Amino acid sequence: MAKIIAGVGSSHVPAIGAALDNGRTEEPYWKRVFSGFEKSKQWMRETKPDVAIVVYNDHASAFSVDLIPTFALGCAAEFPPADEGWGPRPVPVVKGHPALAAHIAQSVILDEFDLTIVNKMEVDHGLTVPMNLLFGQPKDAWPCPVIPLAVNVVMYPPPTGHRCYMLGKAIRKAVESYPEDLEMVIFGTGGLSHQISGPRAGLINSKWDKAFLDNLSKDPKKLTRIPHIDYMREAGAEGIEMVMWLIMRGALEDQVDEVYRFYTVPASNTAVGHIILENRRRGAGKAKRPAAKTKRAAARNTSQAVRRGK
Amino acid sequence: MARKEQEYDDIPGTFVFDAERSREGYGINMFCMSLMKDENRKAFKANEAEYLKKFNLTPAQTEAILKRDYNRMLELGGNIYFTAKLGATDGHSFQHLAAVMTGSSQQDYAAMMLAGGRSVEGNRSRSGKAKPGSKSKSKPKSKSSAKRK
Repeated sequence: MAKIIAGVGSSHVPAIGAALDNGRTEEPYWKRVFSGFEKSKQWMRETKPDVAIVVYNDHASAFSVDLIPTFALGCAAEFPPADEGWGPRPVPVVKGHPALAAHIAQSVILDEFDLTIVNKMEVDHGLTVPMNLLFGQPKDAWPCPVIPLAVNVVMYPPPTGHRCYMLGKAIRKAVESYPEDLEMVIFGTGGLSHQISGPRAGLINSKWDKAFLDNLSKDPKKLTRIPHIDYMREAGAEGIEMVMWLIMRGALEDQVDEVYRFYTVPASNTAVGHIILENRRRGAGKAKRPAAKTKRAAARNTSQAVRRGK
Repeated sequence: MARKEQEYDDIPGTFVFDAERSREGYGINMFCMSLMKDENRKAFKANEAEYLKKFNLTPAQTEAILKRDYNRMLELGGNIYFTAKLGATDGHSFQHLAAVMTGSSQQDYAAMMLAGGRSVEGNRSRSGKAKPGSKSKSKPKSKSSAKRK
C-alpha cells in the first residue's frame, strides 16, 4: 500500500529560483533565506520519499486566461521546466508517475472532486523552487518522481480552504488504495502573506502568518473556515494562495508532529514560510517492509535533531 | 455595464482579479502572454500601437498599456502575473513595477520590504468597517457558552 508519511509547506518565490540560478545564494540577503532550509534538505535526504505530490500554482506559464482549471493533476511521464521569459530554469526535467497519478485522478473524481487531467504541461517556479529548497540543486535528475497538482489561485475565486482540505483527504484515500508500497511526501506551496499588485503591494502580515502556521499544525479545521476575503484583506491579494497548504494538510492525519518551521521576511515581496509535518507512526512496526522501517527510523532521528535545534 | 460592487472592493489599493475582470481583461492578458515569444516582443517594440490592434482592446485598455499605467491595467482586467511580462519586456525588474504601482521610488519600496513590508494596520479597509483579524467572523458559539454555565 502507498502511504503519505509527511507534508511540507514552502513558499515558492520566483526570486529564490533566480538567486539559485545566478549563484547568489551566499549573499547575506539570500543566505538568510537559504539557511532556513539546510535542515530541511537533510530531513528530505533521510526521508527519501519514493514519490512526491507537489501542490502549486501556475503563473501564466502553462495556463493563460484561455483555460483556468481549478484543480489540474499532472498525469504525464515528464514535465519540462517552463520558459518564464528568461529561458527555462536550469533544473532537471520533472519526471512524473503516470500510473499513480491516473489512479489518484480516478479515485478523487469518483469522490466528487471534478479535477482536470493534464497529460502535457510545463512547470514553472511555483513547482521547481520548493523542489530546489528541499532537494537541493541536482544536475541531472530529481531524486524522486513528482505528481504536480496545479491549483487556480490567480483568478478569483480560488477553491475554498475547506474544499482544498477535503481534496487533501480524498488524495490520501486514493494513495492508500494504491497497491504498490510507496512512501510519499506531499508539498503545499505558495505564500505566506504577500501582495504584489496595486497600490497596496508590499503588504506583509507576520502575525497572521504565525497564526496560520500554528493552526496548520494543531487546528487545521479552524483554517478551513477562513473566508477568502480574510486572506486577501489580512495576507494580501496574492496571499490567498495559502489555501494550497490546506490540500497538503488534508492529506495528513489529524494529529501530526511539527518537526521543523522557518519564517523570514522578505524574499523579494513575500514573507517566506516553511513547515515540515510528519504523520505519527502508530503501528510503524506492523507489517512494514524492513527497508522502509530503517528509512523511517533515520528520518525520525533527524526530526528529533531538527526539533532540538529549533 | 457597470461593475457590480463586491465585498472585496473595500480592500484599499487592491484590484481583485475576479471572473468579471478576467472577462473584461482577456485582451490585455493575452497581449501580455504573447510577449513570451521573442518575435512578438520585437514586433511590439517596433510599433506598439499597431501591435496592440490585434488584441481587441478598448481605447482605455490600449491607453493604459501604452502609458505603462500598471494600476489602470489591473483595474481594467489585467492580472499582475500577466502584466509583469510587459514589465520584463521593457527590461524592468518586478520591484520596479511594484514601485510604480505603489507610487514610490524603487529604493524606497525595497527599503520598506527589508524593514518588514507594508503593515496591514490602517490598510485593511476603505470603509473602516473591517475589524482586525478574522476574530469578528468566528464568534464563540452561544451553544457552547450556554453549556458551560
